[in-house]
Parts: sequence; C-alpha cells; structure tokens
Amino acid sequence: MFLRRHPHLLVFLSLLALFTLGVTLLSEAMGTGALTTSFTKILGQTLCLCLIAIAMDLVWGFAGILSLGHFAFFGLGGYMIGMWLMYERTRLIVEPSLLAQALPPTAQEVQDAIAAQIFGVVGASELPAIWTFAGSLPAQLALVVLVPGLLALVFGWLAFRSRVTGVYLSILTQAMTLALALYLFQNESGLRGNNGLSGLQNIPHASNVSQAWISLWFVWGSALALAIGYVLATWIVSGKFGSVIRGIRDDEARVRFLGYPVETYKLFVFTLSAVMAGIAGALYYPQAGIINPAELAPVASIYLAVWVAIGGRGRLWGAVLGAASVSLVSNWFSGGGAPDVTILGYTIAWVSWWQVMLGLGFVLVTIFAPKGLSGLVDLMLVRRDPSRGDAAVGRDDGSLRDAEEAR
Amino acid sequence: MNTLLEVSGVSKTFDGFKAINNLSFAIGQAELRAVIGPNGAGKTTFMDIVTGKTRPDEGTVRWGDLGTSLTRMSEARIAREGIGRKFQRPTVFEDQSVEENLVMALRNRRGPIPALFYRRSDADMDRVRELAAQIGLKAELARRAGELSHGQKQWLEIGMLLAQEPRLLLVDEPAAGMTLDERQHTTNLLKEVAKTRAVVVVEHDMDFVRRLDCRVTVLHEGSVLAEGSIDHVTRNPRVIDVYLGR
Amino acid sequence: MRHLRRFLAVLTLAVLPLAALAQDEGIEAVLEAQGDLIEESSRRTIEPAISALTESGIPLAREVLRRWQERELYRRMSDGVFFFAEEAGDDTLALTAIATGENAGEAPEDDFTEIRPNAGIRAMIQSALAGFRLQDEDITLRRRAVEAIARSPEPEHLAMLRNVMPTEPDPVLQARMERLERLLTVQFAATDAERVEAIESFGADTAREVRAALTPIVAARRMASVEGPAEGDNVARTLTPGSTDLSAEEAYALLVSRGLAPERIDRAARRDALVANIVDGRVGGVPVAALDTQNARDDAYAALAAEGVVPATALELEIEEIVDAHVFYELYTDPAAEVTAAARDAIDRIAFSLEAQQYIDLGLDALSLASIYFLAAIGLAITFGVMGVINMAHGEFIMLGAFTGWLVQTIVPNYTISLIVALPLAFAVAFGAGVALERLVIRHLYHRPLETLLATFGISIALQQLVKNVFGTQAKPLTPPDWLAGSLVVNDIIGISYLRIGIFGMALVFLGLLLFVLNRTRLGLEVRAVTQNPRMAASMGINPGRINMLTFGLGSGIAGIAGVAIGMFAQVTSEIGQNYIVQSFMTVVIGGVGNIWGTLAGASLIGVLQKGIEDFNPSNTLAAQTYMILFVILFIQFRPKGIVAPKGRAAGN
Repeated sequence: MFLRRHPHLLVFLSLLALFTLGVTLLSEAMGTGALTTSFTKILGQTLCLCLIAIAMDLVWGFAGILSLGHFAFFGLGGYMIGMWLMYERTRLIVEPSLLAQALPPTAQEVQDAIAAQIFGVVGASELPAIWTFAGSLPAQLALVVLVPGLLALVFGWLAFRSRVTGVYLSILTQAMTLALALYLFQNESGLRGNNGLSGLQNIPHASNVSQAWISLWFVWGSALALAIGYVLATWIVSGKFGSVIRGIRDDEARVRFLGYPVETYKLFVFTLSAVMAGIAGALYYPQAGIINPAELAPVASIYLAVWVAIGGRGRLWGAVLGAASVSLVSNWFSGGGAPDVTILGYTIAWVSWWQVMLGLGFVLVTIFAPKGLSGLVDLMLVRRDPSRGDAAVGRDDGSLRDAEEAR
Repeated sequence: MNTLLEVSGVSKTFDGFKAINNLSFAIGQAELRAVIGPNGAGKTTFMDIVTGKTRPDEGTVRWGDLGTSLTRMSEARIAREGIGRKFQRPTVFEDQSVEENLVMALRNRRGPIPALFYRRSDADMDRVRELAAQIGLKAELARRAGELSHGQKQWLEIGMLLAQEPRLLLVDEPAAGMTLDERQHTTNLLKEVAKTRAVVVVEHDMDFVRRLDCRVTVLHEGSVLAEGSIDHVTRNPRVIDVYLGR
Repeated sequence: MRHLRRFLAVLTLAVLPLAALAQDEGIEAVLEAQGDLIEESSRRTIEPAISALTESGIPLAREVLRRWQERELYRRMSDGVFFFAEEAGDDTLALTAIATGENAGEAPEDDFTEIRPNAGIRAMIQSALAGFRLQDEDITLRRRAVEAIARSPEPEHLAMLRNVMPTEPDPVLQARMERLERLLTVQFAATDAERVEAIESFGADTAREVRAALTPIVAARRMASVEGPAEGDNVARTLTPGSTDLSAEEAYALLVSRGLAPERIDRAARRDALVANIVDGRVGGVPVAALDTQNARDDAYAALAAEGVVPATALELEIEEIVDAHVFYELYTDPAAEVTAAARDAIDRIAFSLEAQQYIDLGLDALSLASIYFLAAIGLAITFGVMGVINMAHGEFIMLGAFTGWLVQTIVPNYTISLIVALPLAFAVAFGAGVALERLVIRHLYHRPLETLLATFGISIALQQLVKNVFGTQAKPLTPPDWLAGSLVVNDIIGISYLRIGIFGMALVFLGLLLFVLNRTRLGLEVRAVTQNPRMAASMGINPGRINMLTFGLGSGIAGIAGVAIGMFAQVTSEIGQNYIVQSFMTVVIGGVGNIWGTLAGASLIGVLQKGIEDFNPSNTLAAQTYMILFVILFIQFRPKGIVAPKGRAAGN
C-alpha cells in the first residue's frame, strides 16, 4: 500500500539493491577484482553521503531550513564511533603486553596504558572524561545517535525559539559547525586536536579479515542504512506531517495561525535529520580511516547543500542523485582521474581547474535549473504534475502568487 | 449575551507611534461584527494582538467563559483555543492540493507525533468534502492550490478557517479583489457562519459592510470612535469627519 | 638653591687639584698602612683596606683601585712598596711610581708580588670605584656610574648617592639619582621607618626597577608545622592544602622535605617492590593472580612492610590525614612586618595599575581588530540590508583587493606611492567584480535569498581556485611603507603599531564617507528607500536594479580596500578572505541588518569580545573563537534582530 502510493520508493530500493549486488560481485573480496578495495570504500562512503543528503533534504528541501552545519553532526557521529574503534584496538594491542608482566594489570593500569598510547601524540597521558564509555560498543553506538541529536536539540531549541529564520539561521548553523571545529582543533578537547582519530579502518576483533571484505561489509551496512533512511524519510514527508513541514517552508506564519506549534515541528525535523547525519558519519569514517576537525569545517556543509541543490531539493531521490553524482565526479576530477586537456597551448589540469568548473557550474544550475538534475529527469519522463507524491518545489519557484502579481 | 472575547484598555506603541490607544472591545458567542476605520486606525494591529502576533504594552485580552488571558500565549496556542484568522492576501499553501490544505486545517491534534501517525479517517474525509462543497471547491479537491483563481483562494482560506472549527473568526478584507458574484457568495457564507460562532470582519467597502447587516465598530487612531448599527454610525458626524467624508 | 649647588660644585672643582697636590704623598702612607691586607687580598678581611682608600679623599686612590682591579698593582718584596706595573717581556715588569706617575724603570718579575684580587674583591672595588665615578667631571661617566648602581645595587651605594646627590649639577641626572636613592633606601636603609616611607613614596609606580626593588622584600618561604607559626613570625599567609596555591601533593612533599612525614613511595615503585618479592607465585601471602586491583596490591604491600621487607609508606588515603594534621604557611624572609606590609600594599597598588594599563593596551588591540572587522563587514551589511542577500563571495572580494595591492607593489617599487595607487585600484577592481556578480548572478535570483547564498558560494570557490591557479599557492608579501612599520609606544605596556592606527583611521574615514553617502546624497536616499520598501521605491520612480547594482558594487569595493589593509599584516593568499568572512557574518548578525551604526557596534563587540576572551585564556586563540561564536549564538536569543533592529511595524514581517 505504502509502496504503491510511492512508486519512486520501489524504483529507488531496486536500484540500490542492484547497485549493492553489483558492487559485491565485482569487488576484490569476491575475487573478480574489477573494483579495487579503495574504490569499493569510496562507493561505500558515497552511500553515506547520500544518506546525509537525504537528511539535508529533509530540513532544507521540505522544512525550508537551510542548515550549513550538517557536517557537524556527521563528524560527531564519526567521532563517537571512532572513539570506540581506537580505544578497543589500542586495548587489544596494549593488554597482551601488560598481561606478560609479573603482576596482572589493574583496570587503572590498562586504562593508563591505553591513554598513553592514544594521547601521547598530544602530550597527554590521562583518559579525558568524555572517553568514559569508549570501551563499550553499545554505549558509543548510543552516543552516535545521542550526541548529534542532543546538539541539534539544544541548538535548534535556541535558534527556533527566538524565531531566527532564513539566511540568519544559515549563518548561525555555519557558526555552530565552525565553533565545534575550532573547539575540536584544541588538544584540550580530549579528541586529539588536529590529529583527529586515525586508523579507524582497522576494525577491532576483525584483524584476520581482509580490508577487501571489511570494505564490502561497510558497503552493505551503508546501503542498508540508506535504504532505511530513504523509507523513513519518504514516510515522514508523505503524510500530514510532511504537509505541515512543507507548509512551514512556504508560509511559516500561516501554519502557526492554523494552530500548529511550528517551532516543535522544526525542532523535530532538525533533530531527526541530525541523528541521520550522525549515523551516516558513523558509517562513513571507518571507511575513510581518519577523522579530524577539518572535516567539520563550514565549507563541507555548504558543499552538502550544493549537492542537494544540484540534485534537486524537495525530492528525496533528487538529493541522493546530487550527492552521488557530484561527489563521485568530484572524486574523479580532483583525484586526477580526468585526462588533462590542451586548448590553445594551455594545458588544463583538472585537478586544479575542477573546482572552478564546479563553482561556476553550480551557479548556472541555480540560475537556469532550479530543480537541478531531477528537473532533467522530469523532462526525460515528461512528467506532469498534479499527482504529486512527495515531490515539491520550493516556495520561490512555486510562488504562482508572485507571478500572478507581476502580471 | 455571553461575551466570548473581551479586549480592555489595550495599548501598543511602535517607536513612539501609538497604533492602539486604550482600546476596549467585546464580542458575543455568535455574533457578526464589522470593523471599519481609516488607514492607520489600528485594525490590523488589533487583530495581531488578539491572535498573539503582537504583544500589547498594557491592557488585557480575555477569552471564553473562563476569561483566560491571551496576552501571554503563542500564536499557535491561541489558534488552538479557537481563534481563526484570515489574512488580507489569500495565504493558502499553493504547493499543495486543495484537499491537503483542508486536511491540514481540520481540527485534530496538532503535535508532530500525532501528525506523523495521522491516518485520514472516513469522518475526516467526509468533513473535507462537506467543506469543499460549502466553499464551492468540490470539483477542485485534487488541484494544486496555486492554480486556483484569486477568489477561489479566498474561499479556500475561509474553508480552512472553518475546518479549524474556531469559535471566533477574524477576517481581514475578504471581499478585496472579488467580482460582484463572488462578493455575494462571500457575504452569504459569512452570515451563515456567524450563526454558530463569532465573526469579526475588517472591511473598507461600505456596500459590503451594509450587506452584512450587522453591528459596526469604527476605529480611529487606535481606539473605538463609534459603535452600533450601520445607519447609526454612518450618521455619526465624527465618523463622517474622519472616515466617510462629507 | 640651584645657584648654591652650582657654586659648591665649582668650589669643589677648584679646590680639588690643590688638595691633590698636598695629598698625593699621602697615598703611599695609606698603601703602606694597608699593605698586608692588600697583599693578602682575602674577601673576608679586605674591607678596611678598600674603605681606607676610598675614605682617604686622595684622588689617586681611585687610580690605585682601578689598577688593582685590573691586576696591575704589584708590591716589591724587598721593601713592601707598591707600584703600578705591566709585563714588559719575559719575566720583566715595567714599573710606574704610584705617587708621581713617573716611569720607575724595569725590574725582574720575581722580585714582586702580584696583587691578585678575586672576583669578590673585584666586585667590591668596582662598587667603590662607582662612588668616585659619581663625582667625575664628565657627565656621561656620571650617568654611566648611576646606571651601573641601578643595575647592581649594593648597600654602600646608598651613602655614596646621598653624598653626591645635593651637588649634582645636572638636574635630570640629579632627579635620577634621587629616584635611585629612594630605591636603595627601600632595600638598604637602616631603619624600618625609612624603608616604609620610601616604599610609600613610589605610590603605584609601575616601572620595572620599582617592582624589582619591592619583589625581594615580599619573598617568602613555605613552612609546615603541627602547631603553626610561632609568636613574632612575619607570616605572609596561611595556605590550605589542596587549593591552587598549594596542592595536596606539594603539601606532602613539603612535609617530607621538612622530615615531618615519611618519604612517599608511589604506586609504580610499590609495584616494583611487589614484583621483586614474588615468592612461589605469592607476594606477602597474596597470590599474584589476585593482584589485579589496587586494594589487593596495597594489602600485599602492607603485609610486606609488616614483615619489614620493604619500607613502610603512606598510601594515598593516609597522605590526606597526615597533611590535615599540619598547618601550612609562608613566612617573609624579611622579619620587619611593617616593611613587608608596606611592600605588599605597594605591590598590590602596582598590580592594579599594571592591570589597568594592560586593559588600555587590550582596548587598543580590540579597537584595531574592530576596525578591521568593520571594514570587512560593512559591505556585507549594506548589501544584506538593501537586497536581503548574503554574499558568500564577499571574502573573495577582500582577497581581490589584497592581490591588487600586491600586484601594484610588484610594479611600483615605492611602497608609499604603490599604496596610494593600490587603494583606489583595489576599490575599482572589487567594485567591478561586485557589479559583475550582481548583474550576472544575483539579479536572476531575486527573492530567493537562500539560493543566492549558495550561488555566491559557488562564485567564491571558483574565484578562490582561479586565483590559486593563476598566482600559485605561495603566500605573497604586501609590505607596508616604512612610515607605517613602527609602533607608537607609550610605555613598556601600552603600545600600538602605526599600521593599526592607520587601519583605525581608514575605518573612521569610511564610516564618515558612508554616513555622508547614505544620509546626504541622492544615491543614499534611494538606497534607504529601497532598503525600507523596494516596491514602493520602484513605484516612486527609483530603479531598484540600478540601486542594487551600485550598492553591491559599493559594498564590494569597500571589501577590496579592506583587503589591502588586511594584506599588509597578513600574508596575501587565496584564502585570506576566508579568515575574515565568518567574523564578518557574525558582525552583521550581531549588528543588525543594513545599518552602519549597527555594523559599527557589531564589529566593536566582536573585536572586544575576541580580544577579551583571548586575554582571559591567552594560550588559546582557538578557544577564544569558539567561545565568541557561542556568545553570538546566545546573543541572538536576546536580540534576534541584532543590536540595531529594523524599526516599526514592518520589522515584524
């Protein structure tokens, strides 16, 4: 029933399943070797980026909150899982050598030895208080959800309560992620300053499993998370709740006069989206292997908005399309995958010119194709609209009212 | 006659300009009332204060049988208390269908969790169809609200107001930009509605007010200048002086 | 008074040579009397000999002292007569008679004893010589002598200074001497009353030498005892163990060093002791496998200690009890309570005054930072106010300005001229870029502020990378002209560089200019009209497109100028704008939309805040920025529309 009302859901899930199957069959773990392990990891990371793009589309495309700080949540999710990965792996290395000593180690000694290993690089040897639960996987998994959720809840409560909207809100979210990044850059933050957490690709208790297989596990995990996230988001935006948040996007005051607690709705969506971002981050960074505060820089979050805009905001599959295509293409160009082109004696090295092209290309998309890539898909399928599903265009280009007045 | 809304001694100043000056106003449970007055008389600010958009500097706004104070409540809370407002410009959600607009306005629990698990019940959908019939948009239920004509949007908004089942309706210039036929339709609609609840209509068009055939309050410089039947106020020399002109 | 002094000085000068003639023979007598002491040259006994020389009043005594210090004083063994002598060859000395200064021929070195003053004696001679130099005819030598005393004061200098002070002809040097005398009085005067008076005479003087004179007086040493300070002890303060002044560890270490508590054997050492005493898999009766908690280990160690195998020690828990049983306090090394009290007061006064001056200095820093933020943000604020557009590429206009400044400098070698050329040129370049951006991009996104934000971000990354591709990633120097290079130094605390003053001046100029343009010109009127109500303005015949274009150009142009200013003290790179853009946003958010005074207030607040927090936690500028941003987020709670909010009913919509 739910599937029938949302045909795009079926298409999306089938494509995702096909993709996962394809990657699995072609992966190094299966022996064909058509996809290198590092590329498999990139594909897995891309799935995580698609998930955060969905989170971004929820707040921006549907609720009209342009958050320029979503990578703060993404990064926090990564940090939370990274703490366990690093702690546990260090413990597994340290404990045997301690056990080899004359006296059996006390719990304190084990912890001190782990702390010395992890924090030697920033000149500290004590385990900071925030690492209290680092030894427990369930606790850190809970924190993956709780920490970004709580940050979003507090920040959102402060911001929405004082009715900060529009570009003001965007700037504030940007400030939030910048503040967090700067905080994490300090050695005193207890998260190893600018060194960040590293070696996250080595999964504890799985040291005899090859990276090829681990990369595949993460592709499966990320695909599953993306599928769940997509279904959840579809469900959220399709019913009356979706109707209300789209109403908030288009005319906040009107929704308020209908008696809906607008701030609570915004807070709900914002927090939910932050949690999704946190989960995406927790899946992303073990594949990337390292997380440091630079990941939380405001520019990353703005890029996220760019992906969603290029894909087509206000449509979940648009956001996924944008994130996947732009991040993969970016990877290809800036990773030196694209051959250099010589025009009139000047050699264009894509590694350095790609960003110029991306920037200008994005400007062109915003001006000429406000619906982004999903608009192109519309053209191809010659979609006509009144049966609207979850698809929506923003307040700006949807404003027939303004067009009417202009006439 | 029981009083539904009682505004007493309310004042509001914007940067030294007294938009509302010691205004007192009361309306009963089922009453149609027209509010007229020149530009800057404080009509919109009055509505803003009642609906919680603006907080008064002084004075009280009492509501309902219990005399609850509205001055500290949020807009959404006031709306849930049963005060509906229609803006001057039609504000419907143009991006959504007429049906979706009406469903959103239906009197149901307003929190995010109930909204998330809301399922359209038969009773609700019957009510939507009934409302659509009342405002003449039954054939347009599946259409996007943005595609409606100006007058249709006005009605849709009134329909949304009715869906909220408010006890008090504040309507700002409902007839603006309507054709003669549409005005007639609107007048009838308002009179019909006022049989079961209180309706306050702010209007400039004296013909329209006359057709409403109800008690009229004239505002001037933030306070009540005159009140009574249309004939009574139009004969009042001060009203003629400041508003109607000689 | 001054005449009298001068007269005395002249008199002294006139009389001295006569006296010298009469007394030059006397030097031999003095030397003879002190000969044995001099020859012995022992630090303990030499004092009377030096005093005899200095107090003899014989001018030659000074020369004798000098030669002595230089190790050119010899004594003939045969008759004990002193000569000045220099090595003249192998084992031969060239002699000079002391009294007459005449050549006394050469003699074999073996007949003479070389007087060898050790370092201690040389220092004593040095300070004795200083007394002579204080009276030298050459004022530069006198000055030098005074400063030598200031550098390493000795008790005897006090009397010397008091001696020569009244007759010093140069009033400046005399004032210096008087001040030095006060300083020496603080340290060396005989009576406490004198010292207290001298201390108080300095008030809240923050000079380094005053602080140096006062600090040793309040030096204190830590004490610990069961019964507390004795009667008559000059107690500086009592200490609470576990406070920031005295940690529990330090307290215990103090007790150990005083022999009041047993040496502490830490966990690691105890553990080693346990390991050393493992017998058959047990330590002190406890199986090794059970020693995986600290309590078990403590028990095992206690058992070993009871057997007498290892020394007993205080465990962590007992340390607390021992520490609690003692009183900790500090005693002044100087026993005179009223002197230490006066010194303490003076130091407090000075500290307060120092702090005040540091705040002034900090205020100047904050002001210059605020000027930079103002210049960087005002363009942003104007465009935001007029068009409701946040220009993410604003930082890149700052960068364009900085690069223009650098380019001009590579062509025009004279820094002053290049600066004069660069400022308007940077404005023109950024103005052009701004107008182009408005015409090509922003115009098409009217009424879509969020998309404008993102589109300008696209421009921002493209511009950044473009500049990087063209000019490379290497930082470019933009050197300020020499007259902007120095600093205006008020005292050893307050100082500000001319560059910062220049930027402050520039901010003032632009503030004035903008106020003039917006409030007194046709353009300004139209800009304000469009800001308040674009539709109405359009219907009054104002072309909003033209106004938008011009304001955008103006805002961008100012960013270009800010770029030149910023480039002069930061390196010019393609990322230079990024370092200021977030602060600029904060400034606009705090200041309120589209209001010059608001931007000024916002910039000041941000500048003061950043410097203030940095001062609070000087080691960490990152933390300062974090806290500042948190402050801004909280600030928005209380003034969502900024300091200078848009007014009236329209503001609510």
